[in-house]
Amino acid sequence: MERRVVITGIGLYSCIGNGKEEVLDSLRTGKSGIIYDEPRKEFGYRSCLTGMVEDPNLKPFLSRRERIGMHQPAMYAYMSTKEALEQAKLDVDFLNANETGIIFGNDSTAGAVINTVDKVRERKDTTLIGSGDIFQNMNCTVNMSLSTIYKLKGINITLSAACASGSHSIGMGYLLIKQGLQDRVVCGGAQEINKYAMASFDGLGTFSPREDQPASASRPFDAGRDGLVPSGGAATLIVESLESAEKRGAPILGELIGYGFSSNGEHISNPNFDGQFRSLSMALKQAGINADVVDYVNAHATSTPVGDSMEAQAIHSVLGGKVPVSSTKSMTGHECWMAGASEVAYSLLMMENNFIAPNINFETPDEDSAKINIVPEMREQNIDCFLSNSFGFGGTNSSLIVKKFVK
Amino acid sequence: MNREEIISTTKRFLSEEFEVEESTILPKNNLQKTLDLDSLDYVDLVVVIEENLGFKPTADDFKSIDSFDDFYTLVEKRLA
Repeated sequence: MERRVVITGIGLYSCIGNGKEEVLDSLRTGKSGIIYDEPRKEFGYRSCLTGMVEDPNLKPFLSRRERIGMHQPAMYAYMSTKEALEQAKLDVDFLNANETGIIFGNDSTAGAVINTVDKVRERKDTTLIGSGDIFQNMNCTVNMSLSTIYKLKGINITLSAACASGSHSIGMGYLLIKQGLQDRVVCGGAQEINKYAMASFDGLGTFSPREDQPASASRPFDAGRDGLVPSGGAATLIVESLESAEKRGAPILGELIGYGFSSNGEHISNPNFDGQFRSLSMALKQAGINADVVDYVNAHATSTPVGDSMEAQAIHSVLGGKVPVSSTKSMTGHECWMAGASEVAYSLLMMENNFIAPNINFETPDEDSAKINIVPEMREQNIDCFLSNSFGFGGTNSSLIVKKFVK
Repeated sequence: MNREEIISTTKRFLSEEFEVEESTILPKNNLQKTLDLDSLDYVDLVVVIEENLGFKPTADDFKSIDSFDDFYTLVEKRLA
């Protein structure tokens, strides 16, 4: 028997806010989290724009052993997971006694790897690297750290799927719970912010060069868009069976009803219409709803010329031109491996508080974006059902549909 | 470096690295228990000794260390 799947906690460590309250305020007011990061220029960056979060001080919360193996994504993910578990009313004692899994999206640990290699180059002796670096150098350390800190006993895997990692992590957690294989899964996405992580991406000429206007640089769907702005942090969602959530008396923030996915099977970096169309269509089919049930789309749109056009075409083809659409990347920049998770969390905050966050910097539509209903300013509106898109390098696509919980 | 200097120097970097109070680092106390060292931590012990004292203790060196007194004797011997 298939089970209903709900979300009982969210946590955010984002460039538009540390925690849900700050993020909610930013989403309402259209506040940008983008800055000009001067050290990147000396390092050789073409564009120094980035979303920015500080490395959190975890000493008050974690032991030395728990901390020294954590790379930047794991540190961010600890902060978002701590908040999500608190909202979901889950603590270590409960998690230790009741099987709970973790599927977290992460696709790099470049900063930590480079620091380690630098140490060996300088000291010419691997025994002087220290014991933490081996863990910091592994992509799966978000999972390794969180599962040991919180005594998680269920599924324990990292999901690497480029900029759709966070979204697929929620989708996979949803499937495991729906099929009865898990009662709860900690899902999410984390993205490192350091100059090492994004240098090669900058080298492709992908980032917006509007360095004199950080808050205006990320402009998804706008005709004047000229590239994305990298960003990062972490987002966590507690995905749970309805039965478990009700038994525990946990808050129910929304119900996951559809997960669509696809692979383009074409170019390694160029998006295509067909893959996105299939992902959106599959999500609707899985959810068993008609297109007109969706009353908000949180677009993947990153502010690149080709990607945004493809998505506008896909949204128009599958959902029509009336459904309100915004890309929160206009404020956050592209949170990459984190984005698919954070954007579901942002949308849940909108659904809970009856508004649509603005697609800031959308001033002039182009041929494709003119066909869909982009929301340039905050709009008070009830949301009963939303769809969140995430598309990544390699042509990996994911679309999630969440609706307001009705018993 | 005489024994007193060794004691004060090692107390500073060991308490900082392993996050224990300096007051718990006493000559007769057991080094492994006081610093709460697991097998991975011995790797970090080698690193901080090399960084602060300029030599790398071997696995055999550690076999003969029980108390901090033993440790100070090892340091004296290696720095001589």
